[in-house]
Amino acid sequence: MTTIHIKNGRVIDPANGVDAVQDLYIADGKVAAIGTAPDGFTAARTIDATGLVVAPGLVDLSARLREPGYEYKATLESEMQAAVQGGVTSLVCPPDTDPVLDEPGLVEMLKHRARGLHGAHVHPLGALTMGLKGRALTEMAELTEAGCIGFSHAEVPVEDTTVLLRALQYAKTFGYTVWLRPQDAHIGKGGVAHSGPLASRLGLSGVPVMAETIALHTIFELLRATGAKVHLCRISSAAGLELVRAAKAEGLPVSCDVGVHHLHMTDADIGFFDPNARLTPPLRSQRDRDAIRAALTDGTIDAICSDHTPVDDDEKLLPFAEASPGATGLELLLSLTLKWAEDLGGHHGPGDALFKALARVTSAPARVAGLDAGTLAVGSGADVVLFDPTARWLVEAPALASQGKHTPFLGYEMAGQVRATIVGGHVAYERNAA
Amino acid sequence: MPQLDPHTLDAEVLYAALLDQVRTGIAGAHEPAIVGIHSGGAWIAERLARDLGLTARLGVLDVSFYRDDYAKKGLPAEVKPTHIAFDVAGATIVLVDDVLYTGRTTRAAINELFDYGRPARILLAALVDRGERQLPVAADFVAAHTRVAAGEALRLQQSATGQFKLTIERDHA
Amino acid sequence: MLNPQLNKHGELQHLLTTEGLPKAIVNQILDTAASFVSVSDREVKKVPLMRGKSVFNLFFENSTRTRTTFEIASKRLSADVINLNIQASSASKGESLLDTIDNLSAMHADMFVVRHASSGAPYLIAKHLHDTKQNHVHVVNAGDGRHAHPTQGLLDMYTIRHYKKDFTNLRVAIVGDILHSRVARSDIHALTTLGVPEIRAIGPHTLLPGGLEQLGVRTFTNMDEGLKDVDVIIMLRLQNERMSGALLPSAQEYFKSYGLTQERLALAVPDAIVMHPGPMNRGVEIESAVADGPQAVILSQVTFGIAVRMAVMSILAGNQG
Repeated sequence: MTTIHIKNGRVIDPANGVDAVQDLYIADGKVAAIGTAPDGFTAARTIDATGLVVAPGLVDLSARLREPGYEYKATLESEMQAAVQGGVTSLVCPPDTDPVLDEPGLVEMLKHRARGLHGAHVHPLGALTMGLKGRALTEMAELTEAGCIGFSHAEVPVEDTTVLLRALQYAKTFGYTVWLRPQDAHIGKGGVAHSGPLASRLGLSGVPVMAETIALHTIFELLRATGAKVHLCRISSAAGLELVRAAKAEGLPVSCDVGVHHLHMTDADIGFFDPNARLTPPLRSQRDRDAIRAALTDGTIDAICSDHTPVDDDEKLLPFAEASPGATGLELLLSLTLKWAEDLGGHHGPGDALFKALARVTSAPARVAGLDAGTLAVGSGADVVLFDPTARWLVEAPALASQGKHTPFLGYEMAGQVRATIVGGHVAYERNAA
Repeated sequence: MPQLDPHTLDAEVLYAALLDQVRTGIAGAHEPAIVGIHSGGAWIAERLARDLGLTARLGVLDVSFYRDDYAKKGLPAEVKPTHIAFDVAGATIVLVDDVLYTGRTTRAAINELFDYGRPARILLAALVDRGERQLPVAADFVAAHTRVAAGEALRLQQSATGQFKLTIERDHA
Repeated sequence: MLNPQLNKHGELQHLLTTEGLPKAIVNQILDTAASFVSVSDREVKKVPLMRGKSVFNLFFENSTRTRTTFEIASKRLSADVINLNIQASSASKGESLLDTIDNLSAMHADMFVVRHASSGAPYLIAKHLHDTKQNHVHVVNAGDGRHAHPTQGLLDMYTIRHYKKDFTNLRVAIVGDILHSRVARSDIHALTTLGVPEIRAIGPHTLLPGGLEQLGVRTFTNMDEGLKDVDVIIMLRLQNERMSGALLPSAQEYFKSYGLTQERLALAVPDAIVMHPGPMNRGVEIESAVADGPQAVILSQVTFGIAVRMAVMSILAGNQG
């Protein structure tokens, strides 16, 4: 195990309220000290972080690695590389693989494969029902033992409300968190864009906001009845956020996240039917985007995730409604979060917008997922990202390690580039100086 | 016929000469008709038809769809209507243009006329022949020969009262 | 891509939609079409404009009528026409749309006339041609999903101009399944561009899309009210699928409230014209007495359709990217 001395960086650790230029010391895979070196510490490696931000490695609540089953779209190797290149050191992956993650053996294999690659920590979500078919419950206890940190129904609505009720009751029994995308099973089915004037003009099938709010009402009713803990995935609308705000005020055990693309883009970004803007949930109106930003500021939304979904050319370069939804995100999460911070008020000093923004991708998601991550507390695992907040880079295919090259941000210039990512005290990625 | 200075051409005088030639030329012809090529040729054709009592046998042609420079220049912004009021088959047609130059417009007009039917005969009438032919085309009736500098064009104009006038302009083609 | 329909000289490179089509270009198409109308009356119904050019009719959605009109238009321009009927079913995983385009381009296609069930499909093709620097190849949208049917929109404008002359004092009503209609959308955009002051959409709530007001359209669910003093009535076809999708109970009930009968036609101005993109469902959206009556100009639309398509294709083929 190496010892690492990170010198002179701006250490930002929202979990512990730290925001100051100081040194960080790593030993035995853990954070050994901040500020002054521990007694008898000799650095095997010294990294000069002058001008850089030193933060906990990002915690991404949703990243699809496409294994098992979708290796033609992406592999663990490529996506784990994308993660560390994006500064992500812990990620949660949804269970909609092929086969679905509903058997402990599959989960063990995935975790084993991921460990062998010495990249980000992978935390799978188990399927809530067998095959995600919405009928039979999965062996949640066995899956948790195999490594699942919660249970999800991915993008598939649970059609039978009774099944959802039972699943929540069962999860409550063991204290498991259920991750749900609020989406009505029928309204907006087949829709590909936000129901509104733009979709009408473009002749695209719409997904009304109602599809999200009706599902939220149902989920909250079930929560009141069962007391289960629920994490709401990818809220997309102003009306939906109002309901979440009220539910939190009421004291319901609820948290929620938003996809980083929805923080910035609206349905207008579909432009001339750009399939890169085909996402689920769909990009909604400006009012909805503004509400998302306000909700992130006031804490109604706990965390920002990348919702990383690699889609290959064959499935993306199709007419809009036929294209597979999803965008690559692991390598854009940091830059897009920084972009939001800049819109909020730029970098000024300790505790500023950058500090608040980083919380949404470090301490907050770690708390939501119940992970010992997103922190630089002494004694915690040394998962650290060093990045240059001012360096600019162009989002284009060769710059991305992920096999997913499709994002509506293709061609855009971004600020914020990772210089090094450390996982468990080991340098998992380092950008060579230009 | 001697070559004249283009700046000295009097269009009305030339028209009178042309009318004389055409009248003589079609005397006794079988089913005569007058077809003018837009725009200058059409104006002349209309007056010829009136002066020769052939208004029922008048046609106007827009050759835009038959030009040979479509691939380079595309369709012109304005395409005027083509209107042939008589049966082309078996007719003796006097095809009228204002200025005869390379001969390409004449070629296009002949091709277009043939898509309407098979005329017995086509005679070409031009107010002015400025030479420099690029195709083997010759006018049967012409009122004046002249030469115009490269980059310049000879244009026929018609006043509000129907008076003809020839002007020399920069050629924007 | 800034307006993918226009090349860098501001000329028409592709015809994808009437939306955002500059008024000057709309008028150029209508004026050129006027010259082509008479071609059909000649002995030789051809002009040599597109001699040696290959037009590929790519129909991913079946339509014998539209394909035939494009074929006739192409042949009247002396072009070579190749018809490809590609059934786009996800069950049969065939060649991708872009692979098909690349293969056909390799066969020296000059123009693609594309009909597709997915809104936006022709844009994907136009972008691909742009990215692969094939600026001499042009795309004509023959109907994409619910989005646009620009040649239909233009021939409808030609028809209105022919009978009514001046767009700037007209009331135009579009009746029927506007929600699913690409014809309605193309008509609305074209009418707005040409300065029609009042456009009305008439239909039950289930068939009226949201956002029509933003397009400057007044909506009516009462047909009698909607038709009052209208100069042009555009009837849309009602498809059988609407009954099975819980949008309408039956064709009979639809006819009762939204069918164009002689009584309803009398509510419009006395010389109002009745249009229909075809094919008509007699007794569902329109009464035979009206369809065959003196105010119906439906057959003229077909004739004008050929001339308008000839105009579009010849203008495109003459514009070098």
